[in-house]
Parts: sequence; C-alpha cells; structure tokens
Amino acid sequence: MTEVVATNETILVVGGGISGMTAALEAAEAGKKVVLVEKRPYLGGRVTQLYKYFPKLCFPTCGLEINQRRAKMNPNLTILTMAEVTDLSGEAGAYTATVKLSPRYVNDNCTACGDCADAVETEVDDEYNYGLTKRKVAYLPHVMAYPQQYVLDPAIIGSEDAEKAKAACKYDAIDLDMQEREISFPCGAVIWATGWQPYDAAKIQPYGYDRYANVISSVEFERMADPKGPTGGKLVRPSDGKEAKNIAFIQCAGSRDRNHLLHCSRICCMASLKQSTYVTEAWGDDADVSIYYIDIRAIDRFEDFYHNVKSNPNVRFIKSKVASITENKENGNPVLNGVDTEGYNRYANEHDLVVLAVGMQPSVDKDSFPVDIVVNREGFIEQADGNGGVFAAGSASDALDVNRAVQHATGAALRAIQVVNRVAGAEG
Amino acid sequence: MSTNTAMIEKYRNNFLKEVEANVEEGDWVKMCMQCGVCSGSCPLGKHWEHPPQEIFMMIRAGKRDEVLSSDSMWMCTSCYNCIVRCPRELPITHIMHGLAHYAKRLGLAPKNQPTMKFAQLFWDNLSKKGRVNELKLGISLYFMNGFGEGIKTSLKMKDIGLGMLKAKRMSVAEAFGGHSVKDLSGFHKMLKKAQELEDARLTQHG
Ligand SMILES: Cc1cc2nc3c(=O)[nH]c(=O)nc-3n(C[C@H](O)[C@H](O)[C@H](O)COP(=O)(O)OP(=O)(O)OC[C@H]3O[C@@H](n4cnc5c(N)ncnc54)[C@H](O)[C@@H]3O)c2cc1C
Ligand code: SF4
Ligand code: SF4
Repeated sequence: MTEVVATNETILVVGGGISGMTAALEAAEAGKKVVLVEKRPYLGGRVTQLYKYFPKLCFPTCGLEINQRRAKMNPNLTILTMAEVTDLSGEAGAYTATVKLSPRYVNDNCTACGDCADAVETEVDDEYNYGLTKRKVAYLPHVMAYPQQYVLDPAIIGSEDAEKAKAACKYDAIDLDMQEREISFPCGAVIWATGWQPYDAAKIQPYGYDRYANVISSVEFERMADPKGPTGGKLVRPSDGKEAKNIAFIQCAGSRDRNHLLHCSRICCMASLKQSTYVTEAWGDDADVSIYYIDIRAIDRFEDFYHNVKSNPNVRFIKSKVASITENKENGNPVLNGVDTEGYNRYANEHDLVVLAVGMQPSVDKDSFPVDIVVNREGFIEQADGNGGVFAAGSASDALDVNRAVQHATGAALRAIQVVNRVAGAEG
Repeated sequence: MSTNTAMIEKYRNNFLKEVEANVEEGDWVKMCMQCGVCSGSCPLGKHWEHPPQEIFMMIRAGKRDEVLSSDSMWMCTSCYNCIVRCPRELPITHIMHGLAHYAKRLGLAPKNQPTMKFAQLFWDNLSKKGRVNELKLGISLYFMNGFGEGIKTSLKMKDIGLGMLKAKRMSVAEAFGGHSVKDLSGFHKMLKKAQELEDARLTQHG
C-alpha cells in the first residue's frame, strides 16, 4: 500500500470528486506535493454517476479521463482511496492529519480482468446505481473507475466467496489479510472538497417517494438514462417495466423550503431541463414531458439552453409547485395534484413516471468535521479567517455545477499554495 | 365617516399596508412566493372562489373590494394542511381568519355567509354563560335560515338529537337557562375588559 511522505509544505485534499481532483492537480502541477484522500474506492465523485453534462450535453467520462491522465503523470500527487480523514490538529502551516485506510483486499497486481467477480455469487445493493441494481461482492465500482482495480466487499471476508475470489485470481492480486490502518502525516494547508449529497426525497411526505414505485429522484433518473446503467439506458417504470414516455419533473423538491433545505440548489432547474432532452431524444414525438416549477432558474449563460428546451412542443411548463402526489391504483400512475399560478386552475394530472428534482446538501454533516470550520446556515463551508489553512473547494462550499465547482477549486488551490509558500519562505 | 371609509382614506391605494396593519398575521402576506402549495393542499379548495395563493396576490394587486367581500376565506376550516406545507411557513390559516374578521368589522363580509352566521351564533351563545348551550345552539342553527327550513332540518336531525340526549351529550334542561361557569359575573367582567382593550387598540391603530 502507498506510503505517504509529507512535510509542512504538503497540501492535503479531502474528497476526490471533480473539485478535489481539480484542486489536487492544479496544486501538483504548480509543483506542490499533494495528498488526495478519497472515501470511495475510485475518484470522480458524483459526476461519475451522471449520464451527460449540461450545458454541452457531453459525457462526464471525457473530462474525467483527462484528469485521470494528468493524475497518473504527476509524481507530486499521492492518491489514497477508501480513505477518510479522522482527525486534523495544529494550525495553518503545521497540521497533522490522521487518515483511516479501509482494506480493499485487492493489491496493485490487479489487471481488472474480472475473474474474481465471475467466481463469487453473493450480490448486494449497488450504491453506484443508488440501489437500483445489485452488484457482486467482488466488483469494479463502474467501468471507468480510476484506479482500475477491483474491490472486495468487507462483508465477504471469512466466507466461501472470499476464498473463491482468491482462487480465481491469476495475478495474486487478492490479499484477504489486509487490515484497516491508520496513518498520520504533516501538511501545511488543507482543501476540503467533500462535495454534496442528494436530499432524502422520502422526507417530502406529500410526494410519496417511499410509497409510490413510479416516483423517483433526479439522481436515479441520471442512472436510468445511462446505457451502462441499471436499465441499459431505457426509460422505464420501476413498477412494471413499462416504457415511460409521459414524464413529469417536480422542481424544488426539498429546496427553497423552510421545512427542508432553505437554499435554492441552483443546478436542479438545469438538471431537469437536461433530463427532458433525455426523454425527447429517446421517444421523439411520442415524448410528453411536463416540468412543474415555481420559477426556472437557468442562471446566466444557461438561459439559451432553457429557451431551446422551451421551444420543443413536447415539453410543457406548468407554473406550480405540486401540492401532493396520489396514485391511480389501477395503472400505477402517479397523480399530481395542485393549483397553477397562471390562472389558478386546479389540476390532477396523471403521468407514467415522476422525477423529483431533489436538492443538493453538504455531504458532511456540519457537526462532524474533524476540525473547527465555519459553516453557513445550510451547512456549506464559508470562506473565513477562523478556518486557518483550511479552504473549501467546489460543492462543499455551495450548491454548484461542475463548471463553477472547478473554478472554485482552482481558487482554493491558489489559497492553499499561498499558505505552503509562506511555510517554505519561513523555513528558508 | 364609517370605519370602512376611514380605512380607504388612510391607506389610499395600498391595500397591502392596510392588511399588514389591521389583519392578524397580515405582515406575512408579502412573504408569499406564489408557489401554489397551499391552494393545492386545501381539502375544501374546490369551493374557494379565490384560493389562498390568489388572495395573497390580490392583496398585493390592491384588489381591496374583491378580497374583503369575498367569501373565500370563510371557507377555511382550520385544518392546517396549508401551514404545514407552505415552503415559506406563512401562517395561512390565521391570515384567512384575520381577513374574515377584518371584513366583518368593516361590514364588507358577504351577507348571509353561513360560516359567519354560525360564528356569530356560537359567540352569542357562549358569551352568555361561559359554556356552550348545545341545545340552544343546535336549535338556533337549524332556524338560521328561517322557520320552514328550521322545522325540516330539525326533523332530519331528530335521531341524532335523541341519540345525544340518550348519551347525555345534551340535556333538555338546557332549554331553561342552561349551565354556566361558576363565576359568571367574573367571566362577564373579563369579556368586558377584553372588549375595552380591543376598542382602545382599534382607536389607536385606526
Ligand atoms: C441530478 C443532478 C444532475 C446534475 N447534472 C449536472 C450537469 O449536467 N452538469 C453540471 O455541471 N453539473 C451537474 N450536476 C452538479 C454536479 O453533480 C456537481 O457540480 C459536482 O458533482 C460537484 O463535484 P464535487 O467534487 O464538488 O462534489 P462530489 O461529486 O460530491 O465529490 C465529493 C467527493 O468527496 C468524497 N468524500 C465525501 N466525504 C468524504 C470524506 N469524509 N473523506 C473523503 N472523501 C469524502 C466523495 O466520495 C466524493 O468522491 C448535477 C447534479 C444533480 C443533482
Ligand atoms: S435550481 Fe430550480 S429547482 Fe433547484 S432549487 Fe433552485 S429554483 Fe428550485
Ligand atoms: S404555500 Fe405559502 S408560499 Fe406557496 S402560495 Fe401558499 S402562502 Fe404562498
């Protein structure tokens, strides 16, 4: 396993999503030593779970691949996956970080041939697909995963499946004796890029996410649209596998709501506009999309994207926050109930499938940072003097799209570089 | 000059200000973002000519007569569905009652509005003895719309009435005076004091 050589001039980056990767690469390419700590077995974070990117509708894999190559080529960068920072003490220019490394049970010999996965039988919920499918207990998290190395689920250690996996590997890459380890190392500045998580849709009681099979969340819909996803890219209803052509999107599901998240999550209007193109692309003139909204917030450059979608006659915009969802028991159709704002008309509209455009909230609970850090009302990290040498990057600081997250991360790298440069200056 | 004319004079063209100053929880009205959740959540929504969301917009648009003479807010049954769901936490139920009360005070509430009539009957009944006289309240309710209809309703409700007598939920003795709170004169003093305070508040506020 990777040994960490670090000094007070090292920059620690916590979280290896698109923001953490960017900050780490920018700093490493500027000549700084960087340690990148990622909780998942692979880099890329949540963008790896998106089908396409707005506004260009290109594939996230493209940008990720470039970053992976940059990472591979840079000797200044040490990447620790399946790793979490458990403690951080000290002050700007002189921190000590403690990191817990969970065992992968697979070493660097792995060629990603997949023989171990073929050999094991047990399956568990696949977190990469938000539990929409199962995965084997010896697995590659997703096809593009970096590092391209299989992982053994800790649940199988001691079972027959573990032995089967080991026996199947021709490269001696499986090491069932790997143990959890804790390591400590010095660093001068810390970039916190732990990102976001989708708001728990089940908490929006009137929408029945946990009661109706055909009410799903926007992050699940991204997986569904992906040809490598759980349905092979087919837009179908979870209840009966029927083609879903009449699809409703409910905006601000859990955002801008004092009962849920106070803030506007800022990307979900664009996410639904983008996802409506998945539907029109899949079904052409048979597509029937309805977007229920309070107001569409396609900020600055995105206004064009909005107008393009709006000009499609198969996409309807209904100015209304849906009050509640019920279900037509006969056909499993969700029924959306509400009153619109343009005429105050009462409606009860049936759809094949409903997508809740859930909000973005910080992935780290505001009380569980291992270091004193200033967070705002919503739990996002503030830029503050009290943070010392700790700087937020990307969606750990606010609900941001990829473009803004990456710009923000570059700024964070510069701030961190300034701190370690001061250390270097003082040490001569 | 009637109170209504005085108010029109005072808040010329600014009905929102008038509502903020005079209606219970009225200063919340401007917080509405017109999402429509309240209107869609109301179990009686179908019966409102103007659902709450629309009422709030009408207030901002200065539609004073339309709002105050509307019977919409009288449809509110205080189920609180709208309050628990409003993303802005507006106390919608209280505002609806506040508007209804203000309209009545100015004499603009629709004549013969059944909820308003019932509320008056209830109050008159309760304020006499400090206890609701079920028998008298029931009877006055039945005869609210005239003698003929009263007899009809009484006959229709006969079985329920007998059931209530049997279960001791109602007593025939109530017809003669009826039960009251222990300290009746104290109770009346309290009401009088409350009325004085309210009158003072109104003269001060306008
Ligand atoms: C439905 C939907 C669709 C979207 N579509 C688009 C789009 O088309 N275009 C666009 O620009 N944006 C889109 N976004 C927004 C986009 O997902 C974010 O901008 C992006 O994921 C932000 O990246 P990040 O690195 O800041 O956070 P994340 O992607 O959340 O990465 C954070 C990383 O930190 C790791 N981590 C978390 N906690 C710890 C810890 N304690 N220790 C170590 N590691 C940790 C996580 O495992 C993760 O790898 C969409 C969002 C949603 C909800
Ligand atoms: S971006 Fe759109 S859907 Fe998301 S919270 Fe803001 S207004 Fe609502
Ligand atoms: S639910 Fe609240 S914010 Fe929405 S329209 Fe009603 S009062 Fe306004």
